Amino acid sequence: MKHVDEFRDKALCQGLVARVASLVPQVQRKLGRAATAPIKIMEVCGGHTHAIFKYGLEGMLPETLELVHGPGCPVCVLPVGRVDDAISVAEQPGVIFATFGDALRVPGSERSLLQCKARGADIRVVYSPTDALALALAEPARQVVFFGLGFETTAPATALVVLDAHARGVPNFSVLSNHVTIMPTLQALLAAPELALDGFIGPGHVSMVIGTEPYEPVARDHHKPLVVAGFEPADVLQATVMVLEQLAAGKARVANQYQRVVRAAGNPRAQAVLAEVFEPRETFEWRGLGWIPRSGLRLRPAYAAYDAERRFAVANLSLPDHQACQCGEVLKGAIKPWQCKVFGTACTPDTPIGACMVSSEGSCAAYYNYGRLSTVRRLKERREVTP
Amino acid sequence: MCLGVPGRIVAIEDEQRKLGVIECAGVRRIVSLHMVAEPDQALADLVGTWALIHVGFAMSTIDEDEAHRTLALLAELGEMAEMAEMAEMGAEARGEPGGGAT
Repeated sequence: MKHVDEFRDKALCQGLVARVASLVPQVQRKLGRAATAPIKIMEVCGGHTHAIFKYGLEGMLPETLELVHGPGCPVCVLPVGRVDDAISVAEQPGVIFATFGDALRVPGSERSLLQCKARGADIRVVYSPTDALALALAEPARQVVFFGLGFETTAPATALVVLDAHARGVPNFSVLSNHVTIMPTLQALLAAPELALDGFIGPGHVSMVIGTEPYEPVARDHHKPLVVAGFEPADVLQATVMVLEQLAAGKARVANQYQRVVRAAGNPRAQAVLAEVFEPRETFEWRGLGWIPRSGLRLRPAYAAYDAERRFAVANLSLPDHQACQCGEVLKGAIKPWQCKVFGTACTPDTPIGACMVSSEGSCAAYYNYGRLSTVRRLKERREVTP
Repeated sequence: MCLGVPGRIVAIEDEQRKLGVIECAGVRRIVSLHMVAEPDQALADLVGTWALIHVGFAMSTIDEDEAHRTLALLAELGEMAEMAEMAEMGAEARGEPGGGAT
């Protein structure tokens, strides 16, 4: 596939891996670290986590470089209470609940949307919010609720469909918004001192909408390099090289590896529809990270007619995770997926306990599906020696 | 959901509603071009352009010049790393201390 295969070229990737290997010791010296102390770079976005495992990058990189998997998977950060809210709407008579397939298996306190569907609720998997609006037009006697999920990447699509519904006067369409924004989340991570990250690989497709300017505080106030990256293996590796080069030179800047897609100012039309339809909530709950101020988006009062939270009097529940689940620590990068008590035993992609095992972009699912046992063993041994 | 796929805009379906047809790995689908349509530009000008498609929406056009530039830079980086490796191997063969990881 054009614009994909070129960035999967083996020789290119091997060259970049060699460059990473030569840069890491330089960075360690620059930062005054022991030769065994790893340099920690967080890839914020679940899409990058997926690429890292799918292409086996972790096994190719030196052990002294640790890629910390961040919370940028919107399905994984969906808290139990919001899943229960969704189920309470989906189970109402006359409702067609339209959702992306990724969210179906996320466990609520008692059941997932998939189990709810098995009990008779009319839950449909859609590829796009436009499909949900088409359902509403085709079924005027039913209430169609679209489960709005995602960061700034998918939120403009939801916003545009709300505007379309408004323009056409569709009375039986609404959105249950769980859309979230990246910067408040990054700020919350930077405020968590236990993480001690050295730099960030920034989310490519969120940045395609918001641009690179909003990340400036990461470099300016927190002195961490952030490089926005694409999603093919050569993209991720090049961004890693770019972060390491900055660290080796004692710099902290926002840079853009994904120039073919991301413009510095982002996509102004997408930003405009976002601002027209959505406003930040005072605070929003994230699985594992707790409540983060101004991190969630709800529909503005002007579009209240399309807000499922108002139409169905949603409880906005806040419920604890399953007690064996360590998604929170995984999402914060405090533990690796395989260090979780239930990873691969009680919790698998078929019967997930935590959300990180559900989405293909979740780090647990990525480890489970693509993780090489030899790498896990090697990392495990290393960590037992150097806690 | 968050992973976009690159597709080429092959036709305009509905000028009014800003819908176009994209082709991706041989599959054609109708997508919204609203987010990539310049206000003062005819939609037809987008035909032939590559775009990144997310949940039924073209969210960004792919800049082919930038794609080539990135690839050229990547190739250059690869060659540099290869040369550094060869230099190191040569130094080792001559019994000199290496400059890399120890």
